[in-house]
Amino acid sequence: MASSAPPRHVAERYYQRFDRRQRVTHVFLMMSFIGLALTGLPLRFADQGWARTLAGLWGGIESAGFIHRVCAVVMIGAFVSHVGQVLWQVYRKRDYGALWGPTSMVPQPRDVIEMYGHMRWFVGLGPRPKFDRFTYWEKFDYWAVFWGMLIIGGSGMMLWFPETFALVIPGWVFNIALLVHGEEALLAVGFIFTIHFFNGHIRPEKFPMDLVMFTGRVPEHELLHERPAEYERLAREGRLGLYETTPPNPRSAAFGRALGTVAVTLGLLTVALIVFALLM
Amino acid sequence: MMTSLARMPVLAGLLLWFSVAGAAQTPPAPSAPSNDDCLMCHGDKDSAVRADKTSVHVDAERYGASLHGQMGLTCVACHTDLATAAEWPHAEKLARPDCSTCHPEPAAHYASSVHGQSRQAGRKVAATCASCHGSHDILPSKDPDSRTYHLNLPRTCGQCHGNDATVAAAHLPGGNVVRSFEDSIHGRALLKGGLLVAPSCSSCHGAHDVRAKSDPASQVARTNVPEVCGRCHEGVKLQFARGKHGEQLQQDNPRGPVCIDCHSAHHIQRSDMSVWQVDVVRECGTCHQESIASYRDTFHGQVTALGFARVATCASCHGAHDVRPQADPASPVNDANIVATCRKCHEGANANFAKYNPHANRHHRDPMPLLYYTGQFMDLLLLGVFSFFGIHTGLWFTKELRLRRQRRRAPPAKADKEQRDDSGAA
Repeated sequence: MASSAPPRHVAERYYQRFDRRQRVTHVFLMMSFIGLALTGLPLRFADQGWARTLAGLWGGIESAGFIHRVCAVVMIGAFVSHVGQVLWQVYRKRDYGALWGPTSMVPQPRDVIEMYGHMRWFVGLGPRPKFDRFTYWEKFDYWAVFWGMLIIGGSGMMLWFPETFALVIPGWVFNIALLVHGEEALLAVGFIFTIHFFNGHIRPEKFPMDLVMFTGRVPEHELLHERPAEYERLAREGRLGLYETTPPNPRSAAFGRALGTVAVTLGLLTVALIVFALLM
Repeated sequence: MMTSLARMPVLAGLLLWFSVAGAAQTPPAPSAPSNDDCLMCHGDKDSAVRADKTSVHVDAERYGASLHGQMGLTCVACHTDLATAAEWPHAEKLARPDCSTCHPEPAAHYASSVHGQSRQAGRKVAATCASCHGSHDILPSKDPDSRTYHLNLPRTCGQCHGNDATVAAAHLPGGNVVRSFEDSIHGRALLKGGLLVAPSCSSCHGAHDVRAKSDPASQVARTNVPEVCGRCHEGVKLQFARGKHGEQLQQDNPRGPVCIDCHSAHHIQRSDMSVWQVDVVRECGTCHQESIASYRDTFHGQVTALGFARVATCASCHGAHDVRPQADPASPVNDANIVATCRKCHEGANANFAKYNPHANRHHRDPMPLLYYTGQFMDLLLLGVFSFFGIHTGLWFTKELRLRRQRRRAPPAKADKEQRDDSGAA
């Protein structure tokens, strides 16, 4: 963690970053994602020896296909629940912060400026940008997954129910569906298991992992260090206190650590298999 | 006497059996030894040994039960040179019994066979009459105990063609073909099922006139294979003749496949086993390379590549023995029949469904430009994302590593200041 942690005898203040619903959604997303990746990859790399072994571990292609579909339903459920939540926020609660502004996931001019500034900081040409609640790379993660779920989910449904879709769609669309399903999946798997893992967890400041997605809480020094603009904004608006919360639940942290370790292990293993297959 | 008998080669035994007719036509001189005379020395298992302890024993009882023994043939009927021998014990080198005296037709076949020709060329490993039929214990081929009984042939031929050492030393064609045969549907039907209708070695290769497959007169020469298989598989032979592959055979196109190219010769598997169904796809692909490459790019080909035959293989859509070009109205993949073909698995398939291209090639612009450009777009997208974030991540990683190293080296107060600078919070 960052070195600007306060001395140990001073009790650290914590702020809520993700609510329970968001954390649960993330857990379902990651588990179904890994399930989909490990059951789908054998087909994408069917000419590889490891693909046979992996398909065998699932008990054959039929049960691998079954698990793939179960995970797909779970992921679609998480997606629908999330979109429903956003729509509820916007239409029922008239909370337009989700659409624009510092608490929105929608890309904005400041993201371009911050990305530019961040990269200047990488090479020592400027200070680290003062990020707010969501950074540009987090937004990229979010929209990559969002678009990925639409593309992979949509094409996946076509491949699951081709006869039904053929009532309105010509069969050659399935050729395209099959192509984008596999390629987009490769993009998603490659991105999540390398870039997302790095940005969110294994880069030196976060190593070995950032538990905020599992505990929902971020310590004050970390908030100040990583998202000074958010801290200042909340302080200015006098709403900082609204977000102050108890320290992380050790059980949530332990759960996150265990699940994260499994996910990172499986993810890096998957990347190794893909790289091996592509180099062959 | 024992000493010279003991030095005599086992040829003595062979000679006995090789000159029956000659003996029958010209009765031996009165001085010819009787079987009892011979057995005085050769009948005793313990004493009928050469100096090097190898046996020259003849089992009188087994000879008596053998085909020749039953006929009452004397020893000298085959070992003709002993009929007129004057000195006893007889000379050690005896003439080779000549089976052709009584069996001219099989002997003539043998002489032109690969075994006979090899023997003539001086290859001692090649089979003689006795290698397959035995010598003093020959039984009729219909006798279940005979070496040449239908069910026993694989073991008999396997003395050489099923023996790894012999196969390797003599470079026998096809390797250990008997082992392959034993694991085939023919071998199992014959050896486990005990089916007399199942083929044994001689059913396809012939018996005395076994010829190399490179010999056009051979039953197993490529062009003769459909005829040989068709002796039992008549229906398949007719189907094959109607299809494109059969047509190529009729046109003497050497690249056209015959039965064994897809089914193998000795390791023929049950066609309803998924192992076979998945494997034969590879066989089709040895000639139809572009088709198998595009097939492997689609769901059907990926599943079968993993070893599961639940989805369509080549034959599911194209048919098997009477496979025809797509343009042929009788082809299952002809436009007129394609929906019905899809419906064999996809019950709800309609004309729209059948517009799916199971051999789509994303690397060719035609005939599916949209697929091609989607593929190009996806390639660019992947390349773009991974390039950008690869560099982004690399720079970020080095920056944070450098910061961490600085903090470790510098005193805490200074590190704090540096950190503030780097955070942009200063």
